[in-house]
Amino acid sequence: MGLLSKKESKLILDPLADNNPITIQVLGICSALAITAQLKPSIVMAISVVFVLGVGNVVISLMRNVIPSKIRIIVQLIVVATLVIIVDQVLKAFAYELSKELSVFIGLIITNCIIMGRFEAFALGNGPWRSFLDGIGNAAGYGVILIIVGFFRELLGSGTLFGFKVLGDSVEKTGLYAIGYENNGFMVLPPMALIVVGIIIWVQRSKNRELIEEH
Amino acid sequence: MAINTEKNSYTILFSVIMVVVVGSILAGFANGLKPKIKANERFEKQQNILYALGVNENEGPNDVAFVPTDRVEQEFEKYITAQYVIQGDEITENDEAYLIDIKKEENKAKDPDYTRRLPIFVAEKDGKTLYVVPVRGKGLWDAIWGFVAMDASMTITGVYFDHKGETPGLGAEIKQRYFMDDFTGESFLTGEAFEGIVVAKGNNDPKNQDTTDNEVDALAGATITGDGVTAMLKKDVRMYVPYFKSLK
Repeated sequence: MGLLSKKESKLILDPLADNNPITIQVLGICSALAITAQLKPSIVMAISVVFVLGVGNVVISLMRNVIPSKIRIIVQLIVVATLVIIVDQVLKAFAYELSKELSVFIGLIITNCIIMGRFEAFALGNGPWRSFLDGIGNAAGYGVILIIVGFFRELLGSGTLFGFKVLGDSVEKTGLYAIGYENNGFMVLPPMALIVVGIIIWVQRSKNRELIEEH
Repeated sequence: MAINTEKNSYTILFSVIMVVVVGSILAGFANGLKPKIKANERFEKQQNILYALGVNENEGPNDVAFVPTDRVEQEFEKYITAQYVIQGDEITENDEAYLIDIKKEENKAKDPDYTRRLPIFVAEKDGKTLYVVPVRGKGLWDAIWGFVAMDASMTITGVYFDHKGETPGLGAEIKQRYFMDDFTGESFLTGEAFEGIVVAKGNNDPKNQDTTDNEVDALAGATITGDGVTAMLKKDVRMYVPYFKSLK
């Protein structure tokens, strides 16, 4: 490995699969249900969280020796809040339509437990480079699930991907609709996201049995 | 580390520095992006007004597609021939009337000494003169608002509704074509009297073939949002009745 040592690449790759924040740690579910009705907002949300967690982890890591431990949670909160406001403003300026669609959920990145969790558990005890990798890895793990869920929900719920009608036109009955296929309206509602996440968890655990918790 | 990070004075110093740094970063960002955000908000209003007028990029029967932002200003200037602000008996022409914040006007109007400014946009489309008025009200969870385009006899030619946080799949459907299109052809007047338009449950006319009944078909499961639309149209459009009377 040139750029990354084995340990370092593990920081990125682990959260993508065997230690995924959503499917294994079951964190960040709220936003995963809310914004995944379509693929595009899912991707924007994923990118936003990658930015917030990547940069946030580095900032916290750089400050880890000077943060008074008494107020460290507040300091972490301020760092997340600042980054989230920046993301929100940038989206409003350059992707206004999307920012309206994501509305309050960008702001709610602040309450995404994955972020404060990584600050507290990792960035406070590790150097900036490793924290950066850990942040990117965890956010990407979150994002991957978001994108998978968004893909299936938009495809099966609206018959589109990125707004393009990939299955034909449901009103004019072309493509798949010509042979009696119907969109599943339930897919666009949040409960279905929970079921899709559940299916991902099921598939993942039946492929890798070590992940099954024993209680 | 030489500094004792546990001392109170250090904690306070740290917080102060943190607040100043974060504050200036955010202020810088907000200031730098403000013109762009303001422009986006302006474009959105223009798009909404044009949409109510029937100027849009709709292709399929379910599309709600606005004029793209790079063309919206030209289109807006092309169709909107005049913008007026009505304040009491006074009517003044104002090219920035569409930027009037309806919410702020509503709040200011709570003061009995204040006469509310009412923006109205006059447009020429397909040889007809149309009038667009903004409306704003309450849905189930939060604000709902929109624009109504009508002719001089207060017969609707198009509407646009939007909302802040209505329930997806239920109240949020007010911004869907099948709901908005229902309003077309309905009149706010019955004879000469202002009656408003009721979002009615069980009016047995889902395709809105009867355009004389002052009713459109309600959305199932969105009673309060529908009532909000009814109330919003009644309350806000009524204020323009004197203006429409004066047109005759």
